[in-house]
Order: sequence, then C-alpha cells, then structure tokens
Amino acid sequence: MSTGSLLSNHEGAPLKPSVGLSGSLHTAREVAQRRAQSPHTSMFIRMLIRAAMLRRGRAASALLAMIVAAAVATAMMNLYVDVQAKLRSEFRNYGANVILVAKSGDATGAQPAATNAPPSLPPDTLNKIESTLGPKTIAVPFAYAVARTTDGQSVVVVGTDFARARQLNHWWNVNHWPVVNRWPPPRQAIASLVDHTTDTLVIPVEALVGIRAAAVVTPTRQPFDLTFQGKTIHLAPAGLLQTGAGEDSRIYLDQSEFQAWTGVAPTTIEIAVNGSPEEIQQGIKQLSAALPSADVRPVRQIMEGEANVLNKTRATLYASATLVVLTSALCVLATLIGWVFDRRRDFAIMKALGASERLVNGFFAAEAAALGVVGAVAGFFIGIGVAAWIGRANFHAPVVPRFSVFPYVLAGSVAVALISAILPIGLLRRVQPAIILRGE
Amino acid sequence: MFPRLVYESFRRQTRRKLLAGIAITLGVAVATAMIAVATDIGDKINRELRTYGANLVVTPQEDTLDVEIGGINLKPPSDGAFLNEADLPKIRGTFWHHNIVGFSPMLPVTVKLAGSPSGRIEKAEDVTLLGTYFNKKLTFGKDDFTTGVRITHPWWKVSCGAGVLARKAQPSTVATARLEATSAPARQQSVNDEACGWPTDDSQDVLLGERLAAKLNKHPGDSIDVNSRSLTISGILSSGAVEDDEIVAPLPVAQQILGRPGAVRRVYVSALTKPPDALSARDPKTMSPEVYDRWYCSPYVESIAYQLQEAIPHSHAEQIRQVAQNEGTVLSRIKGLMLLVTLAALLASALAVSAAMATAIFERRVEIGLMKALGAGNLLVSAVFFAEALLLALIGGIAGFTAGALLAHQIGRSIFSSQISIQPVLFPIILVIAVCVTFAGSAAAIRRAVKFDPVFSLRGQA
Repeated sequence: MSTGSLLSNHEGAPLKPSVGLSGSLHTAREVAQRRAQSPHTSMFIRMLIRAAMLRRGRAASALLAMIVAAAVATAMMNLYVDVQAKLRSEFRNYGANVILVAKSGDATGAQPAATNAPPSLPPDTLNKIESTLGPKTIAVPFAYAVARTTDGQSVVVVGTDFARARQLNHWWNVNHWPVVNRWPPPRQAIASLVDHTTDTLVIPVEALVGIRAAAVVTPTRQPFDLTFQGKTIHLAPAGLLQTGAGEDSRIYLDQSEFQAWTGVAPTTIEIAVNGSPEEIQQGIKQLSAALPSADVRPVRQIMEGEANVLNKTRATLYASATLVVLTSALCVLATLIGWVFDRRRDFAIMKALGASERLVNGFFAAEAAALGVVGAVAGFFIGIGVAAWIGRANFHAPVVPRFSVFPYVLAGSVAVALISAILPIGLLRRVQPAIILRGE
Repeated sequence: MFPRLVYESFRRQTRRKLLAGIAITLGVAVATAMIAVATDIGDKINRELRTYGANLVVTPQEDTLDVEIGGINLKPPSDGAFLNEADLPKIRGTFWHHNIVGFSPMLPVTVKLAGSPSGRIEKAEDVTLLGTYFNKKLTFGKDDFTTGVRITHPWWKVSCGAGVLARKAQPSTVATARLEATSAPARQQSVNDEACGWPTDDSQDVLLGERLAAKLNKHPGDSIDVNSRSLTISGILSSGAVEDDEIVAPLPVAQQILGRPGAVRRVYVSALTKPPDALSARDPKTMSPEVYDRWYCSPYVESIAYQLQEAIPHSHAEQIRQVAQNEGTVLSRIKGLMLLVTLAALLASALAVSAAMATAIFERRVEIGLMKALGAGNLLVSAVFFAEALLLALIGGIAGFTAGALLAHQIGRSIFSSQISIQPVLFPIILVIAVCVTFAGSAAAIRRAVKFDPVFSLRGQA
C-alpha cells in the first residue's frame, strides 16, 4: 500500500466503510497513474506534500495560527522600531532643541544685549548649519534690538525669517503671518499710506506683533512708528502673536527689513535637530567645530523632557510587545502540539513500515519547518500591513516596512514550529507502534 | 448526573484541564495587564510630560511690557506691577488643585555684581538675580504641601562641587513633600540624594548659573558680593537656558534687594491637563450655563488658567503654548498607540485560548463517542463540554486577573516607578471576556466533536 492511500484512510472525516474501501482503491490507481506521468520526485517531498494536502483542515488551522502569530510579531517589532522615529518627529513640535549664540567677542565680557553693537554671527552661519546637519534641520535666526515707540515706551523688536519660524514654532498662535515685501499694498489701505506733509506714499513694513506688545503700541491695529537710534520705521501690524511666554511682548520683523533699519545681524539661531540624544550631541559637536565663533548649547528643557517621555513609552511598548509575541507563540505551540499529537498513527505506520527514527523525526521536523516558513512569510506581509495601518491611524504617516525584522520573524516561527513538533515526538518515541495502531 | 459528569471530568483529567487552564490564565493575564496599562498610560505619560516644566504662567493684570533679551531685563527694576506672594497658597484652593503638580514664583531683579579679581570680570556688572522657591513648605487651610523650582523645573541640575558644601537638604522638608509629583517613594529617595547644593528657602544662600560661575571663577562655598551684600554660593546651576547667566536666590532675598516685601513678578504653574478638544477652545463668556459647568469641571489648560485667575486677585493666567499645546498631541499619540497594541494583545490571547480549548476537546472524541453510544443527545454532550469550558474560564479568569494585576503593577513600578491602578470594574469585564473567548474557542471544536459517528470514535479511527 502506498503512503498516500494510507494517509487518506486516516483523514479526520468519517468515511462510510464501503466508500472508504472503493475510495482507497480508486485513490491507489490514481496515484499510480499520476506517479507514472509525473517527474520523479523523492518520496520524502511527496510525503510532505501529500500530508499537507490530505489533512487540509488541521493543516490550515495550524498554518492560520502560525500566520497570525507571525503577523502580530512582525507588526509589534515594526512598530517598536518605527515608533521612536514617529514620536521624535512629534516631539520636534516642541521647537528648537539646540541653540546657537554668538560668543561675546571681548574677554571683558561686556553685556552682549545691553550694548548697542552686540556680537553677531557671521552671515554664512545658516548655510554652514544646514551643510553640517543636513537639509532636514530647521534653523531660525533671531536678531534683537530695543526700539522706542512714539510715546517713549521701550519695546523689543526681533528680526527673523518668518517662513522658518513658522516651521519651527508650531505652537505660535498667529492669526495672520506677515507677507514680506507685499506689492502692491492692500487696496483699501492705500489712502492711509499717503503722508500728507510730503505727499509721498509710505509703505509700512508688515510686522508680527506680540499680543501684549500690541496692546501698548497699536491698540487700534493701525500702522505705527518705532525709533531705533534716531532711525524711524513705519510698521503695519499684519498679525498678532500669542505664545504665553516672552514672545508676547515683542514685535517680529523680517530679518532683511530689520537689518536695513537697525543694522543688527542675527545673534541667536534656534535649531531643531532630528534624531536620538547621541545624534544630537554629535550634531552639537560638529556645529561647535564648524562655527568656532559661536556658542552651541542644547536646550535642556526640551532634550530631557523628550528623552524622559520617549524612554517611558518605549519601555511600555517593549513590555507590551514582548507579552503579545509570547502569547502568540504560545498559541502556535498549543495548536501545533495538538496537530502533531493527532497524527501519532501516521507516525506509527511509518515506523511499522520500517522507517528509521531519523527519517521519521526528519519528516516531522521538515513539515514543521515548512509550516514555519510559509507562516512567517505570509504573516510578515500581513504584519507589515497591520503596522502600516496603525501608523496611518495613529500618526497619520505609514510605518515604513522594516525588512530587517524578517530574519527574526522567520527564525522565531521556525523555532516555535520545531519545538512544537519535537516535543510530542519525544513523547511518542517511547511508545510501541503497535499500541498506537491498536488505538489504545 | 450532569454535575457529576463535569466534576468527574475535572477530577480524572487533571493534566489536560491544567493545560487548558494555564492557556486561559496566561491569555487573561496578558489581556488584563494590557488593558490596565492602556487605561492608565494617559495619566502616567501626562505626569512624565511635566518634565517639560510649567504649562501655565500667572502675571499681574496691569503688567507693562517685558523688555528682556536673552534673560537680561532692560526695564527699571521697580517698574511694572507685582503679584502678592501671600495669595499664592490659594492656588491649592482651586477646583483642580489635585491636578496642579507644583508652582514657582519668580522675581527677577537686576543687581550690581562686584567684580572678582580671580575671574574674567574686573569691574562691577549688572546681572539678573532671580528670586524663587526651591522646595518651599506652604500651608493652605489644613493642607501642607511643598512646591518650587525643583518640581516645576526638573531639568535644572545643581552641582555642589567637590563636596565643599555637601549639605543635605533637611530631611523633614523632603519627607513632607505632599504634591503628587514627589509622592512615589523611589522619587523621594532620589530627591534626597540630589539635594546636595540646593539652598534652603529661608537662607541667604544662592545658586550661581554655570556660565556666570565660569566667568567669575567662583565655586560652591565661595561668596559673592551683590549690591554690597554678601551671599554664599551653595551650588552651581545648569539649566541650558538663560538662568545659566543668572543668580538664583530664595524669594525673600530678591524681595529685600528690590525693597518690596511680598512681591512676585510671575508664577509658573505646572498642571496635569486634558488634551484640547472642541469644547476647550470655546470662550467661556459665550457658553450656556450647562456647557460652562462642563468646561469649568474639565481639566483643560484653559479652564485651569481661568480658575487661577479667579484664585489670585488682579492676575492674568496664560497657557505657555510651547508646552501646553504640544503635550496634547504627544499624549493622544501615545494613548492611541497603546490602545491599538492592546487590541493586538487581546486578539493574540483570544487566539491562544481558543487554540488550547480546541486541542483539549479534540482529544476527547472517544469519550464523546461513548457518551453518544450510551444514548446522550448532541445537546447534552455539548452542554457538558460548555459547562466544563465555563468552569475553566471562570477559574482561569480569576487566576489570570490576579496575575495580570501583578504584571501591570510590575510594569508600573519598573517603568514609571508608580502604581498602575486597576479599576475594580475591570474584573467582571475580564471574566465575561474570558468566558466568551473560551466559548468561542470551544464552539467549533465541540461542534465537530459532536458530529462524529460514535462507531468511528470508539473504533479509534477518527
């Protein structure tokens, strides 16, 4: 009798005896025919394939468990690796984590801000920062000056790059960002722009006014004048800025307008560096080396807060992922042990027909390994899909598939499958085939 | 007969029942732990987000503009309005006082610092002296609490030098730390260890910013001459911000220098808040009374600011948007992530339980055959198996819940060094889930087992 028909007799489905007899005869003839035509494959491979084909139900449920476990494991590993990057980009919304300040030039340490000519950064600093840290870095220059309003109040005016500041400081609550060099001026405003004493058109520079500064300099939101060292500038409050911090009492101008008016170059550059704390430290070192005239400092408040929250989240995710992967491995183990145990009669028949212990063990191990591989491959792709979906649902950006986790998933699946095949075989080896075949 | 069948099945097949029971216990334990962690993670991360410092600032209502660049105040010192220090403990009397982790008053004063012959500064120079609470003990009603920059500015690091002035903060002030941020025993321990260098709030000792200290070439234990009064340096402060160029002193010192006892320029408040939603952004003046009540009784950063304004006379409270606006997003991302991971965990444990049950029942076909041969109907056979599954699920559920609670506790202790509280309401929910999953896992196997022809199962051919 061929192995194929033997196995078919052990199928889980209840066959009527007569049907079973003719069925097995029929199968035997078919098998003989097919064998004559088919290319000569080895008995071992054929046994494996037939075993999977003929007990489709149980094999499918074992495979399903394997796939689900591999998918869950893949999704968890993918998430664990990718979530740090995702959360880091969320944390970048807190703004700059590195600040670059012009070093006070003279050793006497004259106050940089109080004197009229504070030490400024070289004009190519921004380019240098970008070439040192890469294009993904956001660096925003700031230049400060204290100007006087028409009624003699002091107010801090800041020159900056609005486009960059907007990118860096997401928390700035701005109702309308100023437009640099808007031309022509808004039509309805033209009438108010005419200076009647000289009959000329005075185009105000659009400024972003802090909410507390606005209450002082322009309570009616009309254009206003500021004086710095005898030079006057005409400003129009394009938008209001609210942050709850020092920015509220300042007035922001475009850097080129600011420099044309005050002659003050940027003294501070706020930088958002992406990456892990080590990468940021590395970036700070590179910056210090590239810009000897500047003092580069990490913003401890931002760095430590981020490190703290990120570490806690990672640890929680790690614990959860371990639990989930362990549970799914357990699930596979339970299913596969049941599956192999169920087939003790195959095992007994093989041994009764004279198969060596090695062959039988090899057969079951190969079967388990094949199951593990198929499950791992299918599960890996499903898992990547699940991770991508979680990324989209939670972070509004898909989790990038990491093929580097595939070897781990594959090795884990095969290992679990092998363990669950070898455990019951170890138990069965001690039993005489005759006893199993007698159904005891 | 029915109870005896079930009872005997448990008594005689202990090993098989044990296997299925272990699977259920493990599955339920993982599910419980994950649900507990996921429900509590928002609160835990919210506390961790307080490392970013204060998210609210209270200023006097009629404050003039700050004229300040890089931490140096260019305004005449007595200019502007002040808050009254005596009003500050009232912060503990607001509706959401349990959510207020801590607060620190600030009073910056521009002082003349005498030059030091050993440092890089020879002539007298203007620097900012910042008066604040370090770890101040306050009382509101019957409520004792401590607050100050050590809670609201956790990134401030103080070094006390080579043990020149290795004074420990008095243990009594640390031990009575009542505010939630310091309630964990582990944290209190660390506070005790890190106390070296911090001045006490009633002393004349100050912290010197690290860049200023480098310029002056001063070390802990030295004294500095500020407005012709001598102050002892107890530690060197590293903050990574403007304070590195300043002197930080106890509040009374700054008030004496300014000549305004009880004056405070602004108060930084660190509060646990709820992420913003549609309701939080609305103006309380336009709300109907019911909506207003709901708004007032939710810990939004806006409503806490509103309540601070009510508590402190002539004040204006504002959220610090850099901190307040971002924590909502971070919080909801992490919460969402844990929710999805919990779903995965529930799925995995449900599969594990049903796989174990299916295997356990499939092995008992012979028994089923015998029962049916003796005349038991499909219904009775299924009932026996479902009763067994129910019993297993209940036992496994209780054991799993206990194990899961311990697991969650362990996760909370090792990761967040604080308790993860398990809601009692979780227990019945977990039991119901355990029973449902066990039933679902058994149903397919039982149906298949019942369908067997007894002849085959008895002949051992199934």
